[in-house]
Amino acid sequence: MDTDQLIRTLAADNAHRAPKVGAVLALSLLVAAPLSILIFATFLGVRPDVMSAMHNPFFDMKFAVTLSLAIPAIAISLHLSRPEALMRGWGWLLLLPVALLAVAIGGEMMMAPAMPMTMRLVGKNSRVCLSAIPAMSLPLLAGALFGLRHGAPSRPALAGALAGLLSAGLAATLYASHCTDDSPLFVATWYTLAAAFVTAIGAFIGSKVLKY
Amino acid sequence: MRGREDEWTGLMRSAMAGDDAAYHRLLKAVTPVLRAAARRGLARAGQPPDQAEDIVQDILLAVHLKRHTWDSEAPLAPWLFAIARNKLIDALRRRGRRIFVNIDDFAETLPGEAPPETASAGEVAAQLATLPQRQRDVLQSIAVDSASIRDTASKLSMSEGAVRVALHRGLAALTAKLRDR
Repeated sequence: MDTDQLIRTLAADNAHRAPKVGAVLALSLLVAAPLSILIFATFLGVRPDVMSAMHNPFFDMKFAVTLSLAIPAIAISLHLSRPEALMRGWGWLLLLPVALLAVAIGGEMMMAPAMPMTMRLVGKNSRVCLSAIPAMSLPLLAGALFGLRHGAPSRPALAGALAGLLSAGLAATLYASHCTDDSPLFVATWYTLAAAFVTAIGAFIGSKVLKY
Repeated sequence: MRGREDEWTGLMRSAMAGDDAAYHRLLKAVTPVLRAAARRGLARAGQPPDQAEDIVQDILLAVHLKRHTWDSEAPLAPWLFAIARNKLIDALRRRGRRIFVNIDDFAETLPGEAPPETASAGEVAAQLATLPQRQRDVLQSIAVDSASIRDTASKLSMSEGAVRVALHRGLAALTAKLRDR
């Protein structure tokens, strides 16, 4: 086929309109979310003392941290789905959860310690945390990668890493309502490890499936 | 250079608003620029320039199938050149070289370098043969026989809607085959 013929064929297909990447991503995350919620409801569930926990600012802080990861990660992954997009000017958004954690850790340090530091750090749930967040992330990660395939990222591994971060952020938001370890030290250690693991998986798969 | 790129942006906006002729003109206008850049990239990588047309067709297919990622408020050229660069790097990498393509390869193309009007390429044609019968017939009719959608529909006794669907699926399948080869 010569190029003029190809051009004529493409022009004949001009009427076809694809939805925007954001719409496809939203839809595929909505399809994936029930699976993650099912894992949550089957194996974890909301902690029994949730009503009193809500009065603890460190409990609430966990949601602020996880959502301040998930929402910027969604925004950046959509930005990166445009071929000419650069990370420049967007990367700092990923420092939001780090900054929140730093403030929370500082706040906790200034209070009279309820538990020794090592106990706050290691907590009771570190192993559950390390497996539950990745497990709940996986359906969301699959949904995010499916949605982002509709885009045209110039750096597929980076876009895949962002898919990992956003799914880890959403999964960690669910997990935070189960976990009784509210110390920001625990969150900074174990949530971060779990999210890093999911991010690495996202980058690896993304480098394969997000090429356009 | 500036005027040319503004014209492209205007044509693409019209195309997105449903003007098929503007879309055709846009693709015709960008092709010589893409071709010159592909040749330059190949030359710099020490590759023969005869594969340039495969790369051009690869870029055109990607532009077509990803045009929903273009922000119609933004100029077209940076978006177009990012896709072109990406496809050129892929093509060179597939030929076993790691090469970094300068974006100025695209931006600084002089009109005088425009090589022949059109040229054949082997890869799209080869993948075309592997498509399902119906998609192949529709693509063949529109590309090679230059039939309209309506004429294709009556010739193949299909509805116009079915022709449109087969056309789009065929183009998407071609692109996927080229990417995964």
